[in-house]
Amino acid sequence: MSEEKVTFATQAWIEQFHAEINKSEAYRQAAKTWEGDFYFIIEAEGALTEPVYMYMDLWHGESRGAFIAQDPSARSPEFVISAPVSTWKEVIELRLDPIKGLLTKKLKLKGNMAKIMRAVKAANELVRCTTRVPTDFPL
Amino acid sequence: MWYFRSPEIVFGEDALDHLAYLKGQRALIVTDEAMARMGFVEMVKAKLVQADLDCDVFDQVEPEPSLETVRRGAAFMLEKKPDWIVGLGGGSALDAAKAMWILYERPDLAPEEINPIDDLGLHQKARMVAISTTSGTGSETTWAIVLTDRQEQRKISTGAPECMPDIAIVDPAFAAHMPPRLTADTGLDALTHAIEGYTSSWHNDFADGLCLKAVQIIFAYLPRAYADGEDTEAREKMHNAAALAGLGFINSLAAAAHALGHSLGAVFHIPHGRAVSLLLPYTIQFNARGVQPTRYVDIARLLNMSAADDQEGANSLVSAICDLERQVGQPLSIREALPDVAPDEFAAHLDKLVDNAEMDATIVASPRDLSTDDTRRLFEYAYEGKDVDF
Repeated sequence: MSEEKVTFATQAWIEQFHAEINKSEAYRQAAKTWEGDFYFIIEAEGALTEPVYMYMDLWHGESRGAFIAQDPSARSPEFVISAPVSTWKEVIELRLDPIKGLLTKKLKLKGNMAKIMRAVKAANELVRCTTRVPTDFPL
Repeated sequence: MWYFRSPEIVFGEDALDHLAYLKGQRALIVTDEAMARMGFVEMVKAKLVQADLDCDVFDQVEPEPSLETVRRGAAFMLEKKPDWIVGLGGGSALDAAKAMWILYERPDLAPEEINPIDDLGLHQKARMVAISTTSGTGSETTWAIVLTDRQEQRKISTGAPECMPDIAIVDPAFAAHMPPRLTADTGLDALTHAIEGYTSSWHNDFADGLCLKAVQIIFAYLPRAYADGEDTEAREKMHNAAALAGLGFINSLAAAAHALGHSLGAVFHIPHGRAVSLLLPYTIQFNARGVQPTRYVDIARLLNMSAADDQEGANSLVSAICDLERQVGQPLSIREALPDVAPDEFAAHLDKLVDNAEMDATIVASPRDLSTDDTRRLFEYAYEGKDVDF
């Protein structure tokens, strides 16, 4: 029986992502010293007509909270990574290494880059968690 | 989408003469005291004087340069205001020169903040020439920078595409005086760059040929350069191979042998080339047990080794690397490299070794993912000299 797909950049999707992170022993190990929250901005493209701000609070190998921010100005996370839907799709389908995406600026990052470069393994494990969410992209 | 970046490379006998053609006002040579003692600084200065450049020297770069040294060198640059930075030495001097150059142009940054993602806006104040005096790090043809955070006992493997040297001088005269131990350490560093550059998960068509050619040269000429330092052909070939391997891996990334090797070197103060090459056979064995196909078979076939399939190719390559390492007097296990470190002392450092390796940017390009447990076991197996069976 095939799994039901969840639409990317929705509350349901980020909840599943949050659950996958907290199930992942590999992520827990790789990110055991990580402290930092994020906005993942999904820029409007295709069927997505407005940008979506996904907030995640990642702390010592766990997701402490994840939701779609209705008012992006309400929080000032340490990191902001933004890209259009099609680029996020490439990342989630493992066709674009997230670090390579940052180096080529297909993924735009605001925040302490050096801190991210010390957490490349955690970044990869985070992406691996997204692959476990059966995803339908609004393209 | 990806990029291929390279300096202008001046190579061969008398390549140093190119310095006499530089246009500018003032050069600052970044080097170490040994280069001054060997007369290399004077050789470089003489060429810069021919170019009508005023010349200053910062000769306080230590092996495995610290963040503090980089700060001091950058402050010296800000005082002297050069429009050419001339890095002269092995990887330590060249990496330090790149980091100082960044801080000279961007005094708002700390060395810990150097990273490959931000736009730095270099070349407003100076350009850079890199002159390698060892045949291994390939730092003259890369934008990589390895610094040491002494407080945290950690190597910071970083860099920035913009700090790729404008000109690389690959003049074999500088490598002619390397002692055998340094010849072996640096030559095997180049071999590790070439093999990891060819097999990393970021490998690409533009880097492949450089890496393969470097492997071929190193297997043919490193034993000769080690056995007879006066063998000028071997010296020149190894000097070229190091530059080729550097150019190859910087455009495709190094991988787990570097991540683990940086960690081992920082914790136990093993020279960089010795550390990464010691771990190379173990990471190859590990990778070869993962997702197939690997690319080790290509290298084995290039070297005319038995390589009917992936596994045999990887096995042949590991054997050949170990034979080469033995030939040039290198240790094949951590225990052998650290005879004064007791097993319980090594075990006490395992958590630190694993943490460092997992924070190293090069781990991302490993062709097979390493879990924390895999990394720990690789260190344990490399300590004992055991074939990897997981």
